[in-house]
Amino acid sequence: MNIPFILTLILLIPLLGSVLILFIPGSNEKGIKNLAVIASLFPLLFSILVWIGYDRATGGYQFVENYSWIPSLNIQYHLGIDGLSIPMVFLSALLSTLGLWYSAKVIKHRVKEFFVLFLLLEASLTGVFVALDMVLFYFFWEIELVPMFLMIGIWGQKKDRPQYSAIKFFLYTLVGSVAMLLAFIAVYLNTGSWDITQIPGLLSFSPSLAALTFWAIFIGFAIKVPLFPFHTWLPDAHTAAPTAGSVMLAGVLLKLGGYGMIRILIPYFPDVFRASAIFIAALGVISMIYGALVSMAQWDLKRLIAYSSVSHMGYFMLGVAAAVYYGDLTSRTIALNGAVLQMFNHGIITGGLFFLVGVIYERTHTRDLTAFGGLSKHTPKYYAIMMVTAFASLGLPGLAGFISELLIFRGAFATMPVMAIIGVIAIVLTAAYILWKIVQYVFLGDFSQEKWDKIFDVRHWSWGEDIAPFEVITMVPLLIGMVWIGVYPLAILTTINQASYAILSSAF
Amino acid sequence: MNNLLLLLPELIILIVAFAVFILDLVWGQERSNSSVFPALTMLGALGAVIATVFIWAQAGSGALQLRVIATDSGGALSMLAVDQFAMFFKIYAALTVGLVGLVSTDYIRAHTSFRGEFYAMLLMAGLALMLVASSTNLVMIFLAFEFLSITSYLLTGYLRDNDFSVEAALKYFLYGSVASTVMVFGFSLIYGATGSVDLRDIATALASADGTVAGYLVMPAIVLIIVGVGFKIALVPFHQWSPEAYQGAPTPITAFLSVGPKAAGFALMVRILTIAFPGFAHTAAANWVAILMGIAILTMTFGNVVAIWQTDIKRLFAYSSIAHAGYMLIGVVAIAPQYVGGSQTIEGWSQGLNGLLIYLLGYLFTNIGAFAIIIAVENKTGSSSISKYAGLIKRSPFLAVAFFIFLLSLIGIPPTAGFVGKLFVFGAAINQQMFVLAIVGIVNSVISVYYYLNIARQMFFEDVEDSTPITVSGGLNAAVAISLALVFAIAIFAQPFITWTTNSAQILASSF
Repeated sequence: MNIPFILTLILLIPLLGSVLILFIPGSNEKGIKNLAVIASLFPLLFSILVWIGYDRATGGYQFVENYSWIPSLNIQYHLGIDGLSIPMVFLSALLSTLGLWYSAKVIKHRVKEFFVLFLLLEASLTGVFVALDMVLFYFFWEIELVPMFLMIGIWGQKKDRPQYSAIKFFLYTLVGSVAMLLAFIAVYLNTGSWDITQIPGLLSFSPSLAALTFWAIFIGFAIKVPLFPFHTWLPDAHTAAPTAGSVMLAGVLLKLGGYGMIRILIPYFPDVFRASAIFIAALGVISMIYGALVSMAQWDLKRLIAYSSVSHMGYFMLGVAAAVYYGDLTSRTIALNGAVLQMFNHGIITGGLFFLVGVIYERTHTRDLTAFGGLSKHTPKYYAIMMVTAFASLGLPGLAGFISELLIFRGAFATMPVMAIIGVIAIVLTAAYILWKIVQYVFLGDFSQEKWDKIFDVRHWSWGEDIAPFEVITMVPLLIGMVWIGVYPLAILTTINQASYAILSSAF
Repeated sequence: MNNLLLLLPELIILIVAFAVFILDLVWGQERSNSSVFPALTMLGALGAVIATVFIWAQAGSGALQLRVIATDSGGALSMLAVDQFAMFFKIYAALTVGLVGLVSTDYIRAHTSFRGEFYAMLLMAGLALMLVASSTNLVMIFLAFEFLSITSYLLTGYLRDNDFSVEAALKYFLYGSVASTVMVFGFSLIYGATGSVDLRDIATALASADGTVAGYLVMPAIVLIIVGVGFKIALVPFHQWSPEAYQGAPTPITAFLSVGPKAAGFALMVRILTIAFPGFAHTAAANWVAILMGIAILTMTFGNVVAIWQTDIKRLFAYSSIAHAGYMLIGVVAIAPQYVGGSQTIEGWSQGLNGLLIYLLGYLFTNIGAFAIIIAVENKTGSSSISKYAGLIKRSPFLAVAFFIFLLSLIGIPPTAGFVGKLFVFGAAINQQMFVLAIVGIVNSVISVYYYLNIARQMFFEDVEDSTPITVSGGLNAAVAISLALVFAIAIFAQPFITWTTNSAQILASSF
């Protein structure tokens, strides 16, 4: 099925939805919520269609739309997707739909603004993954800051310092992106083009200028990933954001940086990347271990998961570094496949974990691990769903997380064994914080009715104490994804592999 | 084309200004509330824009059209140039006057009973802007410059019963007179050294002058001229008047000061430096690029850092506007082709002047739009304290969202005009390999986020004390809507604007 301008439609429909919502009176909350969810179903459907319609035999960029936008600067409206962007676009569309569906039940205050901003966020995030022109890429990259900033600030809980976190989030990202902008301009001045697909063949920097430009862009992406030591905005932003905001933050926003590294940095600066690969891998490994250790020390469930993101994105970084380092192409491609799959898996798994934190937080208004205990008996359905998600995060064979970690380590052992060996420690630590902190403190032990009554918010009685059907519906697609990828990873890997191989074989 | 016809935009403004004066005189106090005055102002501005476009069309595209207005034996004493560069600023001045007229109506009705003259004075200030931008002769430059200064002082002190307004005008006047004197002293040095007051003749004379003249006279003259013009633009360290004047002036005039005289100052600076002193951009004896680079760094950093502590929004915008002058100055610094001929030069956009013009254009709409909202809030709350913006989203969603977009444009977030301006000036700096300037520029953009977002924080995150809706008049709404549309248009449909500024910038490219 070939729909013309399908990528534009993926961007335009949420945007249109958000504009339409502006014209619905704020009192008609039901109408706003329905419209928002419906508007997000189209990109989801279309992202599945492009996935199916993508011709893997041909490869390369497909569904390309390329029109001149600002001719005197050679800026183009250039969209297209390949095996790398397809899973990301799908992830963004899926999590948006789930987030909107979940928020439709949960958001009670300033409803209209929330859904306007959420759809704007969806459009801008997806835009980054489909843009093939650096200016367009930068447009979407920056626009996305605005709705996220407002979401954290407006719907954050007072005690989590939402205003501080929102401004911190904006400032950190902007530091990176302005550096990136200068580097993009330098690339343009050198090549006369903003076209991401053309620049690798045109770029002729002196080595020192190449290194300077590489690091300027790298820092922009690393802040977003976030890589140690640029990660400090993340726990604050995550903790303060509303549940669906955290889901989008962890699930999609963090992927922008990773996506940018693979889409822009590897093809543009393969040699600089290779020369710095060990250093970058070391930062990745530090993120893995440091993130896991800090997670272990948390007593706030949401902060714990936020730090676990630092750790999990560290795996991604190790995978990318291994993919650009010296070694056989097969191992390097495997590492890159693992890194991309890790981004996707982290999106569905950590996205799921944030939904699950939301489930308990809505009921108890606390995320303090010591306040819970024995919930396995009291809320068995919640327990079951949390177990699957947590084990997927931990890397249990048969679930999604295992596959991507396996691929990353398989690749890394072949190209940079020392880093891989050190990195393995993180797997143990991950198991420790998941089993000890989440499973033991929340679900095991004795259930105390008295303690539970004190924290349970009776206003949510209609939802029941255990996970409610709408929350289960939110989780089901994610759970299916975790099991499906865990059991039959080829479904997604063939698509990713197509792009990974193309990127690595043409870069070096 | 007839010489008088070339002055059509100026004449239209002048005639309308006198018409307003006379109507005000004839009608007297009781009809001073009439909407005829603002309507005439906007019609005059519109007429000036149309006239300029007409002349532009006559002049032909891209051609260098230097028309001599007053000649003394064979064009030796030319006073005004009607070139594309000047015409850009004429349109700019007319737009400024029109938009300021649009946002003034309510404010002036509420604050003073002398209303007609306000618009006449505003038109006169617009005329002064046009003259400053087209003067090519030191005498004419000084006259136009003083004309602009005097109208600005009068407008700043327009609320004569308000102590702050009077104080602001006095301060502005005292600083301004010193600055003008200093500039004239600079002019006299040039005249002494070259015996000429015409910018092109000065360049010719200096090109054949020996090294001593350049060393002893040109450098001090350039410095003195930069001081005079820098005062008008409010460059650090000649900015001390601006926070007081901005805060005390009637708010529509603050809006005017933040765009009009600033643009005229830049036009003048560019014209003098590139036409009279093109040879002194990088030489050892005199190096105005280095001076301006230092001033740009100082101005950006000082403006942004001090703005962080402001609690009054007009004062905050004074510092913000100082900082933006610093970014614009990057465009001026990058005019001189330091590394020309290298493979790095890409024609059409890399020229700093193009960057300066498009930055100014974006800044015009962004700042006037923002000030329209400041006026609306001030009309309602009677205060310009930032704390009055708490919960604005509940009181007027349109104003809050529009203000936020203007703030994003000031930060330089796409898709807004501010982004395009920054892209161009930073691009020009990188193209000239002035990496330090570009890096200082982006660091400052990040600093500015803090205080701009602080306003957004008030508007969106804080609770309201007083939740009565803010209703605004049609004029203010229209000004906000027009500004908003152009702030987006300059970014999203950038090509026509870029073509326009590129054509306007070409005239000076030939100086080097």
